[in-house]
Amino acid sequence: MSNVVVKVGVASCGLAAGAGDVFSRVQEYISEQKLDISLVKTACIGMCFEEPIVALSGMDAGTIIMGKVTADSIIESLDDYLAGNPIRQRVILAEKGDAIHNELLANQKRIVLRNCGVINPESLPDYEATGGYTALRIALEMEREDIITTIKDSGLRGRGGAGFSTGMKWGFAFNAVGDKKYVVCNADEGDPGAFMDRSVLEGDPHSILEGMAIGAFAMGADEGYIYCRAEYPLAIKHLKIAIADAEQKGYLGNNILGTDFSFDLHIKEGAGAFVCGEETALMASIEGKRGMPTIRPPFPAESGLWGKPTNINNVETWANISWIINNGADAYKQYGTEKSTGTKVFALAGKIKNSGLIEVPMGVTIRDVIYKVGGGMKTELPFKAVQLGGPSGGCIPEALLDTIVDYDSINKTGAIMGSGGMVVMDQGTCMVDVARFFLNFTQNESCGKCTFCRIGTRRMLEILTNITEGKGKLEDITTLEQLATNIIKGSLCGLGQTAPNPVLTTLKYFRDEYLAHIEEKRCPAGVCTSLLRYEIDPEKCIGCTACARKCPVNCISGSVKQVHNIDQDLCIKCGACYSTCKFGAVKKG
Amino acid sequence: MQNVVSKLDAVIQKYHGKKGALIPLMQEVQDLEGYLSHNTMQYLSEQTNVPVAEIFGVATFYSMFRLKAQGRHVIRICKGTACHVSGANGILYSLRENLQLEPGEETTTDGNFTLVEVACLGCCSLAPVIMIDDQTFGTLTPEAIPSILDKFAFAGDTV
Ligand SMILES: Cc1cc2nc3c(=O)[nH]c(=O)nc-3n(C[C@H](O)[C@H](O)[C@H](O)COP(=O)(O)O)c2cc1C
Ligand code: FES
Repeated sequence: MSNVVVKVGVASCGLAAGAGDVFSRVQEYISEQKLDISLVKTACIGMCFEEPIVALSGMDAGTIIMGKVTADSIIESLDDYLAGNPIRQRVILAEKGDAIHNELLANQKRIVLRNCGVINPESLPDYEATGGYTALRIALEMEREDIITTIKDSGLRGRGGAGFSTGMKWGFAFNAVGDKKYVVCNADEGDPGAFMDRSVLEGDPHSILEGMAIGAFAMGADEGYIYCRAEYPLAIKHLKIAIADAEQKGYLGNNILGTDFSFDLHIKEGAGAFVCGEETALMASIEGKRGMPTIRPPFPAESGLWGKPTNINNVETWANISWIINNGADAYKQYGTEKSTGTKVFALAGKIKNSGLIEVPMGVTIRDVIYKVGGGMKTELPFKAVQLGGPSGGCIPEALLDTIVDYDSINKTGAIMGSGGMVVMDQGTCMVDVARFFLNFTQNESCGKCTFCRIGTRRMLEILTNITEGKGKLEDITTLEQLATNIIKGSLCGLGQTAPNPVLTTLKYFRDEYLAHIEEKRCPAGVCTSLLRYEIDPEKCIGCTACARKCPVNCISGSVKQVHNIDQDLCIKCGACYSTCKFGAVKKG
Repeated sequence: MQNVVSKLDAVIQKYHGKKGALIPLMQEVQDLEGYLSHNTMQYLSEQTNVPVAEIFGVATFYSMFRLKAQGRHVIRICKGTACHVSGANGILYSLRENLQLEPGEETTTDGNFTLVEVACLGCCSLAPVIMIDDQTFGTLTPEAIPSILDKFAFAGDTV
């Protein structure tokens, strides 16, 4: 068999963009032409904006990766490649020679994403070929305390949002007394706009298994759970395959690699509740109960699952472990800043050109992430803000873009590092609407246990809705600030304690937008429909009837070559006329 | 009905005695009929000795559990941050319009579609996104909706 390999990215993002058709077309072509090449599946390389993505390798030209592939274009490229000709389709990465995005990867440092989009996630031999499970072998020969010391020395901080030292947390669980201990992987990834964990789960499931096995050995646990949200069916499928294969090869199960260490790993599917990402709620949910957070202490390390000492880490945290054991704490610390070591994965989304998944060393500026790695803005509209940390986070304005990626620096802006979602917003985004959007989310997801979180967020939402509908009063801003303070003080878990952040940061950095809504009854971004008005400029309208034909509620009157008119009482402000008119005659204001 | 009961019993048996099994048990039971009816929850409670209040409590806490029958195809529209700033509202409007859903209604009168709003499907780079059953559709425009829905049109009972 020749060495030529065609790799198609079939993670959720690739599939949504049509990778399934591309894969079947190549499969057909190979059998039609009796080609002596292999076709394999891989996951997401992070350049979701270029999906579907296909990599060709094994010829003198080296590895060539193409983007925006179609079922037709791939055949042409494959022919070119096999004939040794230059590829005429869109080449995004090339091992030898130039390609549009070669630089994008050069600006990154990939530890967590090292295998994503490179290996076949359904293949244990692929993972082993990249050095997989060597760290587990090394760890099993180490003293358990030394493993924990290595993780502590590496400076690794929890990637689930709060940024607590992983080594210290492992130390607590190690010291906890108990005949039974658990380790848990938090794969609930509930922050809207974040998909780092999904990509790792789909693209490199064994790295999580290996990290958990090392952790379980170090802390003395013999059973573990991966709590994965049910909205990620492909991730769950890959995890199931990985666990079965690892058990078969003796990396999981009884007497791992011939030692007396045994570790059983189970998958628990979430059932759709954001609050279950909170660790105490997550454990309640694993136990089969309503996912209500409970007061800490006792911390999970003392009394967690079924009252036993338990250690919970996030997907990305676990995926770092084997790299650290293989390369040592010092190698890890050479990346990042003094207090935030290593790298961080970010999911870039919103109005950014290169939306997808990236991994950069801590310490780079947010500006560099957005403009150097992310390629800047997608449309002509200028940058307005970047949202970090989801519903618990905040919006960072242009003026603070030189803030570095590091837990403490980001906290100072009022936002949080969070789990790594970065949603970029342009001038066409209304910040009051964004604040309202998040409050609507937290208000829906509040479990209802704490009064301030339950009713306070509802009050804030009502006020924000009034403001976006032009019914706001100046006092509302003070009321919002007071409610925010009380909700933070009066809530038991992180959900309530951080829920006001999106409102507080937008009030801090975009107060003028609130004032425009309240005092002038105007939405500067043109988003809040109640404050919008579409009108036809009689000077510009040539009576082409295009808008009238497009209007879904038939509220535009006027005959051919006559000036048209919009009936404001019937208008639903969908903007169809605005985007249809070729003469700029529809005014939005 | 007899058929359903025997399937129910098989599922209950499968989880018998396992710790923390209530949620996966309920998920599998829901898969049998597409939703959890009051009768089903009552029956589950009798068979498992879990109080019906607790079962109902779990069913209403998690958004995956449905207390009403749903359409043949489930459309999930993402209302996450990335989709929100990329025009998810327009997509929602177009969906409701094409499905001819009255305000507050979720399932079409022919029982073919149920529309649910979810927060983030994890395909944010392709915002705005919808998912129909297990298929994801990204970078949508309101105009693209009718042709996507056509793929799932109901062709009449085939049985
Ligand atoms: C409302 C809420 C939601 C959370 N959601 C997640 C989540 O989706 N994924 C996650 O890893 N951590 C989440 N966390 C943080 C966890 O409680 C916990 O701190 C984390 O899993 C610990 O892992 P780490 O130390 O590796 O970060 C959430 C916290 C709160 C308060
Ligand atoms: S915000 Fe819609 S898929 Fe993430």
